Amino acid sequence: MSVVVAEQLVKTYIAGDIEVEAIRAVDFTIEPASFVSFIGPSGSGKTTLLNMIGCLDPPTAGRLQVVGQDITTLSRQAAARFRGEHIGFVFQDFNLIPVLTVFENVEYPLQMVQSWPTEARKKRVMEMLDAVGMADQAHKYPSQISGGQKQRVAVARALVTNAKLVLADEPTANLDKETANMVIDLMKQMRNEYQTTFVFSTHDPRIVENVEITFALDDGTLHRLEKPAGGAYV
Amino acid sequence: MYNIFKLATRNLFRYKRRTLLTSTLITLGVVSVLLFISISGSFKALMVGQITDSMLGHIQIHKKGYLASIDSLPLNRNLTGKQIDKVVQILAEEDAVEAYSMRIKLGAMFSNFIETTNIRLNAVTPADEMKAAPLLTDRILEGEKENLLKPGEILIPELIARGMKVKVGDGIVLVANNKDGSVNGQNFMVRGILEGISGPGGRDGMVHIDDAKALLRIGAAEVSEIAIRLKDIDQLPAVFASLQEKLGSMKNQQGMPVFEVHTWEKISPFFNIAKMIDLMTFFIKIMLVAIVLVSIMNVMIMAVYERINEIGTISAIGTQPNKILGLFVVEGFLMGILGTAVGTVISLISIAVMNATQISFDFGRQTGLLLSPTIGATDVILVVTIVIAIAVIASLQPAWKASKMDPITALKHV
Repeated sequence: MSVVVAEQLVKTYIAGDIEVEAIRAVDFTIEPASFVSFIGPSGSGKTTLLNMIGCLDPPTAGRLQVVGQDITTLSRQAAARFRGEHIGFVFQDFNLIPVLTVFENVEYPLQMVQSWPTEARKKRVMEMLDAVGMADQAHKYPSQISGGQKQRVAVARALVTNAKLVLADEPTANLDKETANMVIDLMKQMRNEYQTTFVFSTHDPRIVENVEITFALDDGTLHRLEKPAGGAYV
Repeated sequence: MYNIFKLATRNLFRYKRRTLLTSTLITLGVVSVLLFISISGSFKALMVGQITDSMLGHIQIHKKGYLASIDSLPLNRNLTGKQIDKVVQILAEEDAVEAYSMRIKLGAMFSNFIETTNIRLNAVTPADEMKAAPLLTDRILEGEKENLLKPGEILIPELIARGMKVKVGDGIVLVANNKDGSVNGQNFMVRGILEGISGPGGRDGMVHIDDAKALLRIGAAEVSEIAIRLKDIDQLPAVFASLQEKLGSMKNQQGMPVFEVHTWEKISPFFNIAKMIDLMTFFIKIMLVAIVLVSIMNVMIMAVYERINEIGTISAIGTQPNKILGLFVVEGFLMGILGTAVGTVISLISIAVMNATQISFDFGRQTGLLLSPTIGATDVILVVTIVIAIAVIASLQPAWKASKMDPITALKHV
């Protein structure tokens, strides 16, 4: 079963008196455990598409199915519940909660969203921190760790709930080259280990080189890029 | 819930100075209100005690219509022997009544053999009067206090003593009309000088009831008023209601009520001052509510504004809107708790210190009144509840706004 199925997906915004069609009747599917990126210039609709997949923004028209559920008509509460159960997020600015430690940040979705029992929760959090190489920093606050480490924690937080799908919006934009490569490797490793689907919205060619499928967005329209034998997209 | 409290506490400590300032403001408000309640309550209790224990008693019974014409001290509106017996019988059934005193109130001409002036007098049975008004002897500024007075003696108000240049031990003459209009005179020896206090009867002189009967040529039992002292002033409403029911229902042959029963509150003008104090307390509480409301709301609005991106994040990762609402409401609640707890502790310590240092004050002509502020658990609980409830209410709007925030808009916020 495909993780994401979009059919004739449309997103229209009203800006003043003008109707802006951000996404124009696009169709695509994303298979389980795949590494997918949406690329395109600013304003092309990458983030809009990611927000719709992430149940943050309902489509104006069309059908959108995520992990087997039609999410087009979910209520606000139901959408929040769905996100908490099935989707992980990795943000450009890491978006860790500053008053919580590394451990508590990863623990947050299990505690505040899924209400796991204490022992199982702690075990799972340590397992994820181990997996992203942050177990030794568990008691530090976000202000006490580097940008790359923050993004590792963010990846752990996104995966801790056994999310089927992780959406990452420009995850390497605020990282230096070396750190960005480490984070990409980490996400790929996590995909291999947990069979999680990673969907990126990015400008970063390093991510594009590493993904298996790339969709290019241009003025709200979508087309899949074929990966050449050399690895570079055209 | 524990997690929401943990996160809310961490967020409060995130902005230590702001939390401290807001809590201090709430603390000051709580201290002001609790100290005002305790001090004004002490003042009120002191003044009520002075008025009831040295003059009025807690309840007075008169013949119907007497109080309306009390300025002319009408002797034709005195209670008769049969009526007195009825009242005595009813008072005997009231366990809450500690003592009562029968009084004849009269007006007379007062002469020191050189000058003449008017005087208002209470004629009493000393032993009964001292039980019904135990602080009365404290008002005797000069002269013997023991046993109050004997037949042939008079306690004169200090203003008349000063104006007429009369001293303890001097002889004076009282001349009075009885209710038939005939005039009679009688010699008295000044037993003491009586301090004046505010309120009706506060500047009256005092003679023995047997002397008044002789002066007014009253043969049968007859009194103008019966002043009643209760064992506990808190029983006043219940005893008053009971007496009202028993005496108020009695009618004369014309079908008109025979008795009127009044509490000290109806008789004394100080009750209006007491009511004013209660009103001021109410407005001080309103001010406290305003302080808490504005300060908490301000802080919570700022907290929401500064954490829009964070709200977007927790919302995106699946936190339900009601949990986001709870998070901010709990922050306001905790700030209210902090300010209230510190304020209550400071207030209770301050009250204890004031009691230990024995602060005295003057009120009108009364000097050296000892301030003994106390505060009841009910008042503390009421103020604490008000503050915490207002803290929660003040947090609701910002918290509601946070919980309704669109995660996409929130995540875009810089």
